[in-house]
Amino acid sequence: MTAPRSLKQVQENISSGEYTLPELIDFYLNQIEKQKNLNVFLEVWSKEAREKATIIQQKLKDGTAGRLAGMVIGLKDNIVYKGHKVSASSKILEGFESLFSATVVERLLAEDALFIGRLNCDEFAMGSSNENSAFGPVKNPLDPSRVPGGSSGGSAASVAGDMCLASLGSDTGGSIRQPASFCGVVGLKPTYGRISRHGLIAYASSMDQIGPFTHTVADAALLLEVMAGKDEYDNTASSTPVDTYTSFLPQANKRIAVIKECLDAEGIDPEVKATFDKYIDQLKSSGHEIKFVSFPYLDELVPCYNVLSNAEASSNLSRFDGMRYGYRSANSEDVPTTYSKSRSEGFGKEVKRRIMLGTFVLSTGYYEAYYSKAQKVRRLIQNKTNEILADCDFILTPTSPHTAFKFGENSHDPVAMYLEDIYTVQANLAGIPGVSLPLFAHSNGLPFGLQLMSAKFKEKELLSFSNELMEGR
Amino acid sequence: MGYNTEKYEAVIGLEVHAQLLTKSKAYSSDINEYGELPNTNVSPITLAHPGTLPRFNEQLLNHAILLGLACKSKIREVNEFARKNYFYADMPKGYQITQDTTPICTGGGIDIKDADGNPKTIGLTRIHMEEDSGKSIHDQDPFNTLIDLNRAGIPLLEIVSEPEIRSGEEAYNYVTEVRKIVRYLDICDGNMEEGSLRCDANISVRLRGAPEFGTKVEVKNMNSIRNVQRAIEFEINRQIAAIEAGEEIFHETRSFDALAGTTFSMRSKEMANDYRYFPEPDLLPVVVHQKHIEFVRAGMPKLPAELFAEFTTKLGLSEYDARILTDSKPIALYFEEMLKHTNNAKAAANWLMGEVKGYLNERGLHISDFPVSSATMGALIKLVDDGLVSNTVASQKVYPLLLENPKLTPLEIAQKNNWIQESDSDALGEFVNQALAKFPEKVQEYKNGKTGLIGLFMGEVMKLSKGKADPKVASQLIKEKLES
Repeated sequence: MTAPRSLKQVQENISSGEYTLPELIDFYLNQIEKQKNLNVFLEVWSKEAREKATIIQQKLKDGTAGRLAGMVIGLKDNIVYKGHKVSASSKILEGFESLFSATVVERLLAEDALFIGRLNCDEFAMGSSNENSAFGPVKNPLDPSRVPGGSSGGSAASVAGDMCLASLGSDTGGSIRQPASFCGVVGLKPTYGRISRHGLIAYASSMDQIGPFTHTVADAALLLEVMAGKDEYDNTASSTPVDTYTSFLPQANKRIAVIKECLDAEGIDPEVKATFDKYIDQLKSSGHEIKFVSFPYLDELVPCYNVLSNAEASSNLSRFDGMRYGYRSANSEDVPTTYSKSRSEGFGKEVKRRIMLGTFVLSTGYYEAYYSKAQKVRRLIQNKTNEILADCDFILTPTSPHTAFKFGENSHDPVAMYLEDIYTVQANLAGIPGVSLPLFAHSNGLPFGLQLMSAKFKEKELLSFSNELMEGR
Repeated sequence: MGYNTEKYEAVIGLEVHAQLLTKSKAYSSDINEYGELPNTNVSPITLAHPGTLPRFNEQLLNHAILLGLACKSKIREVNEFARKNYFYADMPKGYQITQDTTPICTGGGIDIKDADGNPKTIGLTRIHMEEDSGKSIHDQDPFNTLIDLNRAGIPLLEIVSEPEIRSGEEAYNYVTEVRKIVRYLDICDGNMEEGSLRCDANISVRLRGAPEFGTKVEVKNMNSIRNVQRAIEFEINRQIAAIEAGEEIFHETRSFDALAGTTFSMRSKEMANDYRYFPEPDLLPVVVHQKHIEFVRAGMPKLPAELFAEFTTKLGLSEYDARILTDSKPIALYFEEMLKHTNNAKAAANWLMGEVKGYLNERGLHISDFPVSSATMGALIKLVDDGLVSNTVASQKVYPLLLENPKLTPLEIAQKNNWIQESDSDALGEFVNQALAKFPEKVQEYKNGKTGLIGLFMGEVMKLSKGKADPKVASQLIKEKLES
């Protein structure tokens, strides 16, 4: 069996009798087994997947199957699934099993999607290389000496390594798009509020969004269509009607913004820049209008993101206190030591660094200088971004300044690691959707992505154009 | 009071927490009910399981608006929530969802009487929405503290007064009034012993006329209104004594020991938590439109002050009667219901404050436990006013039987026992004729001026009518016959 590239293909193959869904599951389970050394899955639900595959196969036969029958999905380990373990790749959630399912899980299951296992990621989604997992790093299936990106490294690697057809990740500062770029798959971060966060273990609540990893734009559109929409369990989930993302709009010539400062940024790989420049020329010659715009806050993006996301994280992670569930230090003697020891031993280094930074920026005497200021800067970034998108259909950047790097290359220097997010955090701070498209190949043999962003809730336009770009590849 | 009120003045501000009578919790659909088995009203949201998000309870908002309207506060249009971060074993999220810079109500006030009985309004700084923590139980297990999270997430309104209270007595009157209002609004049961109404006091003293406040001390754990007064009075005396002795007052939190009647230090404020408030990213701001406020206003029950005014002006009751009747909402409602069945407000008030309250007090019962309905009590008064039974028969004969047979009407009881007064002058006339015919000499004596003999004739008429003759009508008829 060759690995399928899209759900359409899976459904056609099953219907033509080329293979059954249980056989497809076995194929993926075998792929997972073969690539065990990559450390992509934290847990594989093989028995359950085989059982469900049999049921859905029957439904396909009976013509009663949902839209996602045949969609084999890996779940990032920060999305909860009732009766299944979930750990956010952290020791602090040792042994924890969720009592409920995330809204996205419910909605996907209702359309007969099938979950095959839970995917390694950076601890509490904090990281850009998947080196911060308590269960060891994920290796890039395209080159195991390199990182898959992060924090949804396992999610990107699982699709790139054909261990499942699609996966879910979460994106707070680029955690879907950057690994998608490093692993050569499609990664979509929807508009903030487009998909319910109910059941997503919070990192930075004002920026977190769930999104899909797929091979094709059509599959991303389909998964979005099923998952999107208001939810009584998430107050911030938008009631903006859900479009039929799967029926792509006919494409006319577009007006596309390119942020000048992005290409002048320090540390951008010359080949990435050259490829991107060439691509812009191509777009121009095919009739699109390219508008070079100035975005004066490029240097402020990452610091602003760090202050706000760390502040929110410091509060969001307070519930992991060793009291009710998860890890409790054996050295606890009383309430204060239960907190301090369980948290010191249960959280990894990067998580602790961010909790401390976030606690600091919210403290009396520093709140104004850091948190409050970052809120103001965020507003400026939002306004400027909206201004650009009022004039142009899309903003175009490389997803990342470079291709997947080697293990340890950035991990000694957290600041260098934080700059990984330079092109992606804008979408999170502004709340707009962004997608990384695997359009480019580097001479080092690795892929890298093109990032396309649109105004809020313009996923239909964004995905329609993305599809056209992918088709014209 | 023991301290020198000539020289010193106390400055007191109160923070009252009212636990709301909502169906569910503030940010989850978990049941809000007191007295359930520990840790039964808890879902993953209350337990702060990973992936859970708060859901806002609209009832909390409406209760806040009601209280704001009752206190004549300004109701805010855009209400943000904030997180107050601190670790506590009975606070599962590690933060409390509250309001920081945008409380739903600002300004307004509570009308009380000062120590001299003069009207005074205590201004309100703010009223804001928040959630309760769980309960730590320290006295059930010798080695462990037990945690009950049923209370965690129950909606609260925090009512913060301006530092305009000047004595323990004023504080007593203030909390009494706040409790009366929340009970009238039916938003809180006001039970301080069970902790559904809680009060913390910020107390300082200064030299009378001094422009600045003294160092304030926060006192907690006063579980009755009387204890609020006692704690404040103790604390004022303590602070004055300390100042007189040249000691410094520390900015600290103290706890009230109700047995000893004293306060003791819990922690210094310098060691206090930095709560790191910041806007709650999981909840959108709640926008309150004027239309919504009007909707809530339309459903607002009458408040004690309003009823007091009605009772004294429209019904002509004394201030004393009106105050007793409005002290508790159920009594006032019972009274109003009685008036649907009789127009005699004074009699209704007397019955309610006399016989009914007497019955309740004797048995330690609440008006809701009183066996006789307000309609029946109203009908009893009407029976007297219609001349069907005398007041004496009503209170000494009909009422005791009503208590035993509350399902019967007063009329049925009076009829069954033949207590209906005979006031039909034809029938009575016959009795009168018979009575006069029986004593012809006495008739003559009466006519000669011995008018005291009327009692004899009345007695005979009563005997003949088996006690049912309306005495007023009967005596009138006898006089008419004798003097014609």
